[in-house]
Amino acid sequence: MEDKLGTDSALIQEEYQYGFVTQVDEDRIPKGLNEETIRLISAKKGEPEWMTEWRLKAFRWWQKKSEPRWALLNYPEIDYQDICYYSAPKKMTDRFKNEDGEIDPEVRKTFERLGIPIDEQHRMEGVAVDAVFDSVSVATTHREMLKDMGIIFCSISEAIRDYPDLVRKYLGTVVPQTDNYFASLNSAVFTDGSFVFVPKGVRCPVELSTYFRINSQDTGQFERTLIIAEEGAYVSYLEGCTAPMRDTNQLHAAVVELIALDDAQIKYATIQNWYAGDAEGKGGIYNFVTKRGHCRGKRSKISWTQVEAGAAITWKYPSCILQGDHSVGEFYSVAVTNDRMQADTGTKMIHIGNHTRSTIVSKGISAGHSANTYRGLVQVLPDAVGCRNYSACDSMLVGATCTANTVPYIQAENSTAIIEHEATTSKISEDQLFYLRSRGIDEESAISLVVNGFCKEVFKQLPMEFAVEATKLLELKLEGSIG
Amino acid sequence: MSSYFEINELKAEIEGKPILNGLSLTVAKGETHALMGPNGSGKSTLANVIMGHPAYEVTGGEILFEGENILELDPEERARKGLFLAFQYPVAVPGVTVASFLKHAHDAVYGEKKLKAAEFLKQLRADMDFVGVDQTFLNRYLNDGFSGGEKKRMEILQMLTLRPRMAVMDETDSGLDIDALKVVSMGVNKLVGAEFGLLVITHYERILRYIHPDHLHVLIDGKVAFSGGPELVKRLEEEGYDWVRNEFGKEALMA
Repeated sequence: MEDKLGTDSALIQEEYQYGFVTQVDEDRIPKGLNEETIRLISAKKGEPEWMTEWRLKAFRWWQKKSEPRWALLNYPEIDYQDICYYSAPKKMTDRFKNEDGEIDPEVRKTFERLGIPIDEQHRMEGVAVDAVFDSVSVATTHREMLKDMGIIFCSISEAIRDYPDLVRKYLGTVVPQTDNYFASLNSAVFTDGSFVFVPKGVRCPVELSTYFRINSQDTGQFERTLIIAEEGAYVSYLEGCTAPMRDTNQLHAAVVELIALDDAQIKYATIQNWYAGDAEGKGGIYNFVTKRGHCRGKRSKISWTQVEAGAAITWKYPSCILQGDHSVGEFYSVAVTNDRMQADTGTKMIHIGNHTRSTIVSKGISAGHSANTYRGLVQVLPDAVGCRNYSACDSMLVGATCTANTVPYIQAENSTAIIEHEATTSKISEDQLFYLRSRGIDEESAISLVVNGFCKEVFKQLPMEFAVEATKLLELKLEGSIG
Repeated sequence: MSSYFEINELKAEIEGKPILNGLSLTVAKGETHALMGPNGSGKSTLANVIMGHPAYEVTGGEILFEGENILELDPEERARKGLFLAFQYPVAVPGVTVASFLKHAHDAVYGEKKLKAAEFLKQLRADMDFVGVDQTFLNRYLNDGFSGGEKKRMEILQMLTLRPRMAVMDETDSGLDIDALKVVSMGVNKLVGAEFGLLVITHYERILRYIHPDHLHVLIDGKVAFSGGPELVKRLEEEGYDWVRNEFGKEALMA
């Protein structure tokens, strides 16, 4: 009798369906990074002097530092002079002079192929989309409706131009230019990203969504997102990302800052599906991301939900600084690694205010020869009274050649804190699969049922249509990986 | 002309250890058979091998279902042919609701277009009432935190949902109180009929008061040691399992 469980590992590897390249004329600056590069990027974006200086400050700090290497990640040295720091479809470069500027038809087609509607005519019901192609934001939908409510949703470049006071007030207040190596690099060279401002008492009626697409070769993508929810405001935001299949590695170093004032709530979800490289680990995106939310106000709440399914290397710890009393931080994560992918991801919950609460639910799934590490910090400061944390970190191994690690750090400096941490590691079990198969369900579907069941708690946090997408993505990622 | 369900000289082992040593057994269409035997005689191995558990290696013999040797088939293909195994220890699948699982299973066996979700649900709810499973179980995760009795009822519910043509029940009766046993038996008896074959594997004769076998086999040391017709079942009913034990006790204890 053939033992199916042991034999067909990696026989069927679904090809990455977003791996195509778009042919567009690019406005590209030469490779390399120095103060001139930064001035050039700043000039291309028509930025004010203070912004250029802000970038240069970051760059000067970055130059003195070296890459952090404490994560359980193994990759060759990155040559930062061999990267192009700005690339844009040519027809887009004059966008900022003309609100109704035409979108390059090839770029439009790209987003159509990705299923991302960027026209107002074809916009998704209940979802406003900002689409970023390489270094620039291409389109933002639902703008007028949001504007009427006082909500600003635009690219960060536009925000710097049109709402400089707001940007100056908040930019870098959660992730300073000198925060860490990759954040500081981002601060120096960031090209685009989204800006969201929801004024006092306003509940944003649609999901805001940004779609990031890397197209150009040897280009880094450095997006910067800033979201502010004023007192009592609510906003739910989702980002998605893909890139073409290339056999060289590409760098993606993003920074996301969230600020929630009194009684405000921000939900931030990510479905990350960057190209992960091939089965031997050639190519793929290096995903070095700093995401941090600041619960600045009382009873504010920030929730991170992430589905990390792509990228060759993931280094990412979406965090919450719980400063306002009774504020709440949440982190729900599914990280899937297959083939030679490596992920070191988790969160930090910093309890500063009294009676602050945090929840961490992390589901790691490793298959193939991949390595998947959860790294998380729960810290309660000495003056923070009555804080609570609950963490559950579960790992599932698919096959026998992958690894899973859990590295929790707990620093409780106040005796009233209640911290619970649970961690499990399981192998997808032969008995579970046999049970499902004995009911007529084929092996692939059985694996997908078990794995999706394992991730249920996290998927429940996603908006409906994205939860469906996440489920499909997971199936695709793990297809043929039992072994 | 081959029989409905026929096991010929079946030999199987797990991790190199032989468990079944040339087991033969034939179930004709419309018949109910009981298979009894002491611990370690190979009852559960037989159930698992019939369904195709990958941990067991078949080293000889054949299992024919409507003339086809099913040993070549994957478990899911056997299920789609109309085979069913009610597990002794059903496993939990956290995060997968009973409703979603049953729909998946039903669609896998009968094809997606066969039954609309609403019709499926209506039928399912009726079946749940029949085997005494509360409707709230639809949204619970499959076997996750279920009691022993709830798991067994869930097996019977699955059997009613999939309507197999040949079912094997692996000690479905163990651990059940008398009320649960009656309900489970009632569920099974709903399927018993001219187009249905049933093999009840059990440790106790108790269940045979509710599910009436046409034939009884005693399994010892991986082989059928003794078989009988209704007269044996009748004698068993009157004199209990002790009689079987007395007749075959020595071998049974040695096994």
